[in-house]
Amino acid sequence: MTQPFRYIGTKRRTKEDPRFVTGRGRFVADIALPEMKHVALVASPHPSARIVSIKTDAARAVPGVLYVLTGEEFCAETESLYIGVDAPKVTRYALARGVVRYAGEWVAAVVADTRAIAEDAAELVEVEYESLPYVIDPEASLAPGAHLVHPAHGSNVLYQRKFVWGPIEDAFAKSDHQLAFRAIWGRSSTVPIETFGVAASWDPVAQLLDVWASIQMPKYPDQTARALRLPGNAVRVHYDVDVGGSYGLKRGIKHTVLVGYLAKKLGLPVRLIEDRLENMRGGDMHGPDRFFDMQAAFDRDGTIRALKIRAVDDVGAYAGRSPLQLGKPVGAICGPYRIQAVEYEPTSVMTNKTPQEAVRGFGQSPTNYALERTMDRVARFLGMDRIELRRRNLIRKDQFPYLIPSGSSYDSGDYHAVLDKALAAIDYPALERTRDEARRAGRLAGIGVSTCLEPSGGNTSFEPLFNPKNETTTWMDSCLVRVDLSGSITGIMGTSSSGQGHETLVATVVGEILERDPASIRVIHADSLNALPSNSPVGSRMAIMLGGAAAGAAKKIRETLVAIAAHNFECSAGDLEYRDGDVAVKGVASKKLAWNQLVEIAHRKFHKMPPGMEPGLQAKFIWEVPTGGGLPTADGRVQMYPCYAFETHVVYVEIDPDTGKPSIGGYVCGHDCGVMISPDIVHGMTYGGIAHGIGAALYEKFAYTEDGQLASGTFMDYLIPSAMEVPDIRIVDHCTPSPLTTFGQKGSGEAGYLGAPAAIANAINDALEPLETSIDTLPMSHLALWERIHAALAKQGSP
Amino acid sequence: MKPVPFEYVRASSIGEACDVLQREGDAVKLIAGGQSLVPLMAMRLVRPGLLLDINEIAALKFISLETDTARIGACTRQALVERDGALAARVPLLRQALAWVGHAQTRNRGTLGGSLAHADPCAELPLTAQVLGARMVLRGTAGTRIVPAGDFFSGPMMTVTGPQECLEEVHWPIWSEPRTGSAFTEISNRHGDFAMVAAAAQLALDGDGRCVRAAFGLGGVDQTPLAFPQLAARLVGTRLDEAVVQSVAQDAAAAARPGSDLFATSAYRRHLAGVLGARAIRSAHEQARL
Amino acid sequence: MTEKLYSISIEVNGVHRTAQVPARRPLADWLREDLHLTGTHLGCEHGVCGACSVMLDEEPVRSCLMYAVQADGHRVTTVEGLARPDGSMSVLQDSFCQAHALQCGYCTPGMLIAAQGLLDAHPRPTDRQIREAIGGNLCRCTGYQQIVEAVRLAADRMAEESK
Repeated sequence: MTQPFRYIGTKRRTKEDPRFVTGRGRFVADIALPEMKHVALVASPHPSARIVSIKTDAARAVPGVLYVLTGEEFCAETESLYIGVDAPKVTRYALARGVVRYAGEWVAAVVADTRAIAEDAAELVEVEYESLPYVIDPEASLAPGAHLVHPAHGSNVLYQRKFVWGPIEDAFAKSDHQLAFRAIWGRSSTVPIETFGVAASWDPVAQLLDVWASIQMPKYPDQTARALRLPGNAVRVHYDVDVGGSYGLKRGIKHTVLVGYLAKKLGLPVRLIEDRLENMRGGDMHGPDRFFDMQAAFDRDGTIRALKIRAVDDVGAYAGRSPLQLGKPVGAICGPYRIQAVEYEPTSVMTNKTPQEAVRGFGQSPTNYALERTMDRVARFLGMDRIELRRRNLIRKDQFPYLIPSGSSYDSGDYHAVLDKALAAIDYPALERTRDEARRAGRLAGIGVSTCLEPSGGNTSFEPLFNPKNETTTWMDSCLVRVDLSGSITGIMGTSSSGQGHETLVATVVGEILERDPASIRVIHADSLNALPSNSPVGSRMAIMLGGAAAGAAKKIRETLVAIAAHNFECSAGDLEYRDGDVAVKGVASKKLAWNQLVEIAHRKFHKMPPGMEPGLQAKFIWEVPTGGGLPTADGRVQMYPCYAFETHVVYVEIDPDTGKPSIGGYVCGHDCGVMISPDIVHGMTYGGIAHGIGAALYEKFAYTEDGQLASGTFMDYLIPSAMEVPDIRIVDHCTPSPLTTFGQKGSGEAGYLGAPAAIANAINDALEPLETSIDTLPMSHLALWERIHAALAKQGSP
Repeated sequence: MKPVPFEYVRASSIGEACDVLQREGDAVKLIAGGQSLVPLMAMRLVRPGLLLDINEIAALKFISLETDTARIGACTRQALVERDGALAARVPLLRQALAWVGHAQTRNRGTLGGSLAHADPCAELPLTAQVLGARMVLRGTAGTRIVPAGDFFSGPMMTVTGPQECLEEVHWPIWSEPRTGSAFTEISNRHGDFAMVAAAAQLALDGDGRCVRAAFGLGGVDQTPLAFPQLAARLVGTRLDEAVVQSVAQDAAAAARPGSDLFATSAYRRHLAGVLGARAIRSAHEQARL
Repeated sequence: MTEKLYSISIEVNGVHRTAQVPARRPLADWLREDLHLTGTHLGCEHGVCGACSVMLDEEPVRSCLMYAVQADGHRVTTVEGLARPDGSMSVLQDSFCQAHALQCGYCTPGMLIAAQGLLDAHPRPTDRQIREAIGGNLCRCTGYQQIVEAVRLAADRMAEESK
């Protein structure tokens, strides 16, 4: 490839935007299947109870009701759902059987002609419960004698291990200082504006289940088939359904098995669109709920020698991949710093709460938050500037590829340069003056900085790391590119999209390689039967993996075109020049085959084709993630994701000392994700990630009462930031290309979210510092801030 | 989240509405803007047998300015109340309060009367009515009665409106003092959210800058919005120095009986009451001096 | 279904529509399911997220907070009705594309309605006014930044066009 790029990295309109602004998106709730029926759920009001009886007569008698399904039937006829750790007794189904384990757990499903009727009937289902003990607090759940959420499993611990990488005790013994504290990441989640929905239709003659869903999930068709006891090719998932936001979360496997079962049983299409109440409480889509006991060993010159990290995460009453969210951060466990030794003890624990699902970053954002709070605390301890402390510890640009103690190698980066850019963009010295002036005027003002990694590429070696029985090392993706008889280009991707602009990605990459206008390239989504293998857009992997696959397929087509020309001009490929789709003999302008002519030969003129060449003009490319394929060592070292994007956030906040109300007054994000294929798309996701991070830092929490009830189960109580809470944000870009990818691109879907909560927490703590108080619990609500301020002032003797 | 089945009737006059209320009894629920009611129905917390829609009663949609009183029809949209410049000149607190009420879209549909009848103790319009001593005109089949705000709100989400009565219009006192200023402030989690605590104040000054009239109140700190006429009277005759403003605000906060919920403890609310009360008075003072 | 049905007559995107609906049918559901105008979306059904926003008599409202029977005799415009008479995108819609003011597209119809309502009343809004006008429309993808840019761009372009 010759630089500079023609299409990659330029500002171009996306392919996706036009359909959405004209109201032509096709989301799962927009799909009307003939005779389609609707599901409403009956949910448990208790956090823990035995189901004594379920009476469905009254519900079934409501006109328009077809069926009422309970766990007794459903759990006997389907398989328990996949769990990412070795805990076979922790079974999970869409409907409870025998016991309920969290308030909101689904107990029965009503199928009716309309959703309204289904809800009417759901109210008439009579469930008799016998309350059982329950446990809500994760530390209580770990204590001896705690109520067991899954008694057959023998404990509430789903996973626990202590990893020791590097000379940890030696580092602690030799360091000048140590400090310890707890950082708490409150339970929040991505909460997309579209809830999860799935529709299914069973064809008894073809023995085929068609599925349309708002899905973002690896191995979704396979897990659906397995749970329904169907062969893999009896499930067809339509990936061309638009997904209204996911950010990791939409793994609606339990909903799908439920709806698939009903569709098959009733012989009619069935649809479940979660309403918001079902979604918040029973959709199993909460996020990390984690505390970190951090210990840092450091010297007086600011060198951080070692970290001990104990991370306890409450996954709720059931688990899918959620415990693995403690595993992914292993791939960046020391952040962007040259820390030589790390001890990491993750514990995944169950309580009687709504289950957790994959959230943007898969545990990296909470970990970055804990790491960055540690850095600020170390700086404060030493009386050192927080930025200077980071400068001293950041991996230097001449040190890449950099191997961290837990076995991952960081591919490339220039962290100091990005930090400098961000500081310059916000005019850091002026910002300090603003803060100091505000303080002199009696206001609480602070600046926060975070320097964080966004691992990308999605090599999920945390699967075998956390479960040696699972030797999965394949993490591939693919693309098919075809040029039709008229010379038009179509790219085919084998998974769903939820706003990341994959169609634009593929068109841009293919257009770049073939030197044809991306606007003329159509990109479609295959279904799961005719798709090439994919692992879905998770782990910020698609720019790398789908982009790489699209490039690989396009390159094959380009080579084919050159080979056809070489054959026809009776020369070698080296004598030819490819430009804009035409191939000509170098220096001989008259000896040229234009795109249309080459296409015609490929499709129609077999007699002009090189011997042995496939007719037509199409290519597929399937490839394994770079650096993938390795299993962990005995001490748990393994390469996680291949490519490391980097972000630094600089934030200015003020807190009204009289009310505790915070406000963000300035926000710059320095971002390096290597080569950006579509800058508008990358920036858009970064802004969104920052807004999402503001939510996690200041507003959002799935709060539970002592009775195990979800107190924030509507949008009135679960506080998603609006345009009034999110400030104007400025992004400054830097580019250290990855040596591992086609164009040097790194992934970026999780950008912003991975560094924002850390920076905001650091800014708030900087603002509180003159009061000699701190806060290490998210979200930092108005109440929490006021209580800290109030207590600090009381200690000082002020009102 | 679909509501229970119900029947629907659209009244074309307030007389017709009252007839329906009398005829159908308990099963009827009045709907105006629906911005508070429809979510409750979607969650099946409210389950009417008959929804009586008064949105189309033209006689309930007006703003009429008289010498001492601004009369506003109960079904006047909040957005219209907010936009009316002549009204804002005479009852400035209404526009100030409405800036905090929900979002543009909810104000396009929500009505003045609907918010008052809903009587959320932390809502802005009930507090404004309480502070200004607005008068509610209630129409029933037997006739009309006028209830001052202080008697109208009887508890959280409760008013003295009888089961066969409908709020018809609201009378807002217009202060005649030339140097009048008002202010509304609140603390909520996000812009447009329910207030944790709200405060409203209106003052008038004489030519020397002394306070000659004052009204002041707090929302979100008790079972109903609170007005403090006796505490406000302490401001009269003063120049609204910081000490007297603080003492009035703190005494109001001490008299309040705030509850605790997910976002605010009663201690926090009580503290906010003192802070916001003082801010509202100070801000009204600044407005009066303009 | 044994629910009582009510006759309604509503002008939707300039077209006169009549129907028989149960009273409890939300306006949003009637538009989506009965008229197949699926551009209007449901995100919460309790009036917070704004994804369901439509114009009622030219003013943005939440269509999940109205019943279809209440809209009888009124005019409704959905996202499908924002296009120009010749079918091409409005300046605002086109500006959303130019500024990439969306990603998943789910909140977008509501955003367009809210923004169009703002521009109809305030052709040269400040950024603060833009943020307030869309303050009742939640988005999880964009962080609002490029949306604000798009509305600003649309205002500038409309001002140019009217010169």
